[in-house]
Amino acid sequence: MKVNQEVSEMKKLINSAETVLADSLAGVAAAHPDLHVDHVNRIIFRATPKAAGKVALLSGGGTGHEPLHGGFVGEGMLDAACAGAIFTSPTPDQMLEATKVADRGAGVLHIVKNYTGDVMNFEIGAELAAEETGITVAVVVVNDDVAVEDSSFTAGRRGVGTTVLLEKIAGAAAEEGRDLAAVAAVAQKVNESGRSMGVALTSCTVPSAGKPTFDLPEDEMEIGVGIHGEPGRRRVPLAGAAEVARQLVEPILADLDFTGAPTIVMLNGLGGTPLIELYVMYAEVRKILDAAGITVARSLVGNYITALDMAGCSVTILKADDDLLHLWDAPVNTAGLRWGI
Amino acid sequence: MSNETISLDQLTGWLTRFHDLVTEQVSYLTELDSAIGDADHGSNMTRGMGAVVEKIQASPAGAIDELFKGAGMTLVTSVGGASGPLYGTFFLRIGATAGPVGTLDAPGLASALRAGLDGVVARGKAEAGDKTMFDVLAPALEAFDAALVDSLDIPSAACAAYSAAQTGRDATEALLARKGRASYLGERSIGHIDPGAASTSLLFQALAETLGQE
Repeated sequence: MKVNQEVSEMKKLINSAETVLADSLAGVAAAHPDLHVDHVNRIIFRATPKAAGKVALLSGGGTGHEPLHGGFVGEGMLDAACAGAIFTSPTPDQMLEATKVADRGAGVLHIVKNYTGDVMNFEIGAELAAEETGITVAVVVVNDDVAVEDSSFTAGRRGVGTTVLLEKIAGAAAEEGRDLAAVAAVAQKVNESGRSMGVALTSCTVPSAGKPTFDLPEDEMEIGVGIHGEPGRRRVPLAGAAEVARQLVEPILADLDFTGAPTIVMLNGLGGTPLIELYVMYAEVRKILDAAGITVARSLVGNYITALDMAGCSVTILKADDDLLHLWDAPVNTAGLRWGI
Repeated sequence: MSNETISLDQLTGWLTRFHDLVTEQVSYLTELDSAIGDADHGSNMTRGMGAVVEKIQASPAGAIDELFKGAGMTLVTSVGGASGPLYGTFFLRIGATAGPVGTLDAPGLASALRAGLDGVVARGKAEAGDKTMFDVLAPALEAFDAALVDSLDIPSAACAAYSAAQTGRDATEALLARKGRASYLGERSIGHIDPGAASTSLLFQALAETLGQE
C-alpha cells in the first residue's frame, strides 16, 4: 500500500499527510479553552477579544513553525493567526475574515514574514479588506535573516526569528492602547533592529513530500538555512558548538552595530534539537557577545520558530531601548510565551 | 468547428487537462521544488486545480469570463504559497479581458492571455531571466502571437506556444534565481529547472493537447 509505505518512511505521529493541519488545530482547540479556533477558515483567535478601541494584531503563515504563529495568540501578543498548509502561506480569504473578526475599531496590523507567497497573499487580503470593509490595515514585513544577501535582485531577506520578538513587543504596545500608527512604528523599529542567522544539522520532512527536503551528510551542516528546509548558502563540516556559534553570530554582528544599547537575544531551536543543546549553544553565543562588548538585557532560549523536525538552531539579536524592554517585560499570556501574569 | 475561434467548452477542457497534467506530474514538480524551493509546488498545484475542476463540474460556467474568474478566485483562495496568487491573477485577468462571451476569436484569445501575463507581472514583479514562470509565459505568448501573424489557426498557435514553453522551461535550468524562495540559494539555484516554469509549460501542453483532440 502506498499510504503505509509513506508513513513508515517518514515515521511521524500523524493520521495522514492530508489531515495534519486540521488534526493539529483540533488539538489546539482542545488544549486551550482561552483560544477560539475557526476550523473552516483555519484561524486561531482569542476566545475573549481585547477591549474595544485597541489595535488588533494579525499574523499568519505556513504551518510547521509552531509555536509561531498560533501559539502566540493571546493577551499581550496576537489577536489572530491564519494557518496555511505546511510551509505554504495562508490565503487572502483567511486574512480578510481574520481582519474582520479581530478588528476592535482601531485598525489591524498585519505582521508578514518576507516570503514571496506570504507577501502576495497578505497583499491580496489587505486589498479585499479595503474593498469590502472600512477597516484600516497597516502592514509590517519582517526581513531579518542575514544569511540572505539583501539586494534588489532577490526576494530580499527572509522573515525569521525577529518575528517572535516583534509579535511580543508590538502586542504589548497594542495592549497598552497605543494607536495603529504607533504600534506599526514599534513593529517597524523591531524589524529594523533585529537580525537572525540559522544552522541546520538535518533536513526536515514535509509530510506531503514523505521524505527529507534535502540530503545533508552526517558530518556536514548547512549554514544560513531557512525555516522551510530551503537549503542555506554554505555547506560546511560539522563543528563544535563554539565554532557553530561563531559562524552564526559573526555575520549578525557584521551586519549591525549592537554596542551601546541593551539587547534581547533569542537562541531558538528549529524543532529537532534538544533544549540541552540549545543551552550549550546559548553559553557559546554569550561568550562571543561578552567579548564583543555587547550588553544582553534579556534572553529567550527554546523552540519558538521551528522548521518541523529539523535539527539545528538560530540566533536572533535585537538592539533594544528602554521602551522596547518595557514592552518586552509587559505581561503575556499565550500558549507559546507566558510571563508576568 | 472553426480553428479560428475557441469555445467555452474547449477552454473548460483546457483547465481540466491542466489539472490532469499537474496530477500526473506531481512527483516531478515536487522534486524540482525540493531542489530549489520548499517541496510543495506539486501538491499545491494539484490541490488548487483539483478545486477548480470540482467547481467546474459542480456548476459549469455560462460564459468565458465566469469560467476564468471562478478558476482564478478558487486558486487564490485554495492554494496559498506564491503559485495561488500568480496563477489566480493570471486566470482572473483572462476572465476580465474575455468578458461574458461564449467564444473568443484568435486575437481575442491572444489579448486575454496577454492580460493574464500582465497580471502575473504586476503581482510578482518578475522580469525576463529571473527564473520564474514568467520565463515560460512570456516566450510562449510571444510565439502564440507570432504564429497568429501567419495564420489565425489557434491550434497551430497553441502548438507553437507549447514548443516555446518547453524551450523556456529548459532554459531556466541555467539561470540564477532572482525571485521567490529559490533566490535565497544564489549561485546554487543554477542547474535546476524552475518548478513554476515547469508547471506553466504544462499549462501550454494542456492547451495544445486540448485543441489537438478536436
